[in-house]
Amino acid sequence: MNQIVIYSVVVLGGMGLVIGLLLSVVSRALAVKTDPNVQKILEALPNVNCGACGYPGCQGFAEAIAKGEADPAACAPGGQQVADEIAEIMGLEAREKEKVVAIIHCRGGSKCGKAATYYGLESCTSANLAGFGPSACVFGCLAMYDCIHACPFDAICLDENEMAVVDREKCVACGKCIEICPRSLIELVPVDKNYHVLCSSKDRGKAVTSICEVGCIGCTKCVKACPSDAIHMEEGLAVIDYEKCTNCGACAEACPVGAISFFAGKEVSTV
Amino acid sequence: MDFGELMSIFIGVILVNNFVLSRFLGLCPYIGVSRDTSSAAGMGMAVIFVMTMASAATWFVYNYMLLPNENNVLYLLFRKMIPGITPESFDLSYLETIAFILVIAGLVQLVEMFIAKFSPALYRALGIYLPLITTNCAVLGVAQLNIAFSGQPFSLLKCVVQGAGAGVGFMIAMLLLSGIRERLELADVPPSLKGVPIAFICAGLMSLAFFGFMGLKI
Repeated sequence: MNQIVIYSVVVLGGMGLVIGLLLSVVSRALAVKTDPNVQKILEALPNVNCGACGYPGCQGFAEAIAKGEADPAACAPGGQQVADEIAEIMGLEAREKEKVVAIIHCRGGSKCGKAATYYGLESCTSANLAGFGPSACVFGCLAMYDCIHACPFDAICLDENEMAVVDREKCVACGKCIEICPRSLIELVPVDKNYHVLCSSKDRGKAVTSICEVGCIGCTKCVKACPSDAIHMEEGLAVIDYEKCTNCGACAEACPVGAISFFAGKEVSTV
Repeated sequence: MDFGELMSIFIGVILVNNFVLSRFLGLCPYIGVSRDTSSAAGMGMAVIFVMTMASAATWFVYNYMLLPNENNVLYLLFRKMIPGITPESFDLSYLETIAFILVIAGLVQLVEMFIAKFSPALYRALGIYLPLITTNCAVLGVAQLNIAFSGQPFSLLKCVVQGAGAGVGFMIAMLLLSGIRERLELADVPPSLKGVPIAFICAGLMSLAFFGFMGLKI
């Protein structure tokens, strides 16, 4: 009886010892040399693997920075703080980066007319393929949750007008929603600019007023009202040049339909 | 031992006694990693590799360390020290489970280090699956079944063939289910069955289908 206990301990202990020694020798012999900076950078990164930097996950980004291929400021979720930390690890000077957020250039929602009833898969992409979806406007937001599901930071939601809106506090400008939106309504804009054209319709004024209460009718009143020449018309749609915009709000006051609005934060309010 | 017998073991363990669909081993990765075909293929390749290696390694451990015979390592070590000892004193075959899992874990670690060193691309592709295989019951299952056949332990070659066949069977089951699940993503599934529940139903139906191979004479 005693013998069998001793033998089993010897066999299992011996096997464990041999395998352990073998593994430690092999791990020493086969050690993969990694740049110690990669681990440090990876710890500094937010590790959300959003892919906004264009590399396969935070690991790939950290390796690219360590090799000197990537710009440390390219991490959108991390922002300035992470860029500074990485720059310190790599011994570089961090570049100042302008903070941007996503904005959806449409606020039709329930104010936009319906042309059809859609009974398909609840996805903007599918609805857009199926005869441009339920809404009468072929430029507007379909509000079928594609960008809401795509956002890794839960920063987009539907407001009371059944319209997708971006929460500026949560948005880190990763650009996932821009990729997914089948109508290309989403754009990154400087966070300190408060007035935006919340319409993407290139239709003529009469066609717009017949389907939407808040669509840009191309009246050019904002262009004339702007004191700093920051607004111009592109294919019947007002477009703001954010480099020239001074946040004065003259355009929003001049707009007869409210397509240009004060937009800072979650809620949309008309001035 | 002829080629026909090896073939019948190989085909038998893929179709008739498929590890996942007939023996219900390795169900965790079967449901967990079968969401898309590429990861299912990666997991399948890793399992084929580990099962084949583990079959060979556990054969040596079982025959030279656990079974009481003339070649037992302990017997060879101790027979000069303790006079009159017989190989029967070293019958440690009841330790097979713990010894096998020890060997398999060590082996997977070793393989992981080799792959990390010599093929970083494959290492990244296999990712988390390789360490997961360490405690995969299908791998332990193939090692146990190798020694449990009709009281007569398999020869080394038969063990390796059965291990490779079991891995191929696992990969076929993974690829079939992942293909079905990729199509289910686009299907109009009732909300309460979306995701894993419908995958379980599919797995059950596949298992029923594979039971049709039961009477196959090879």
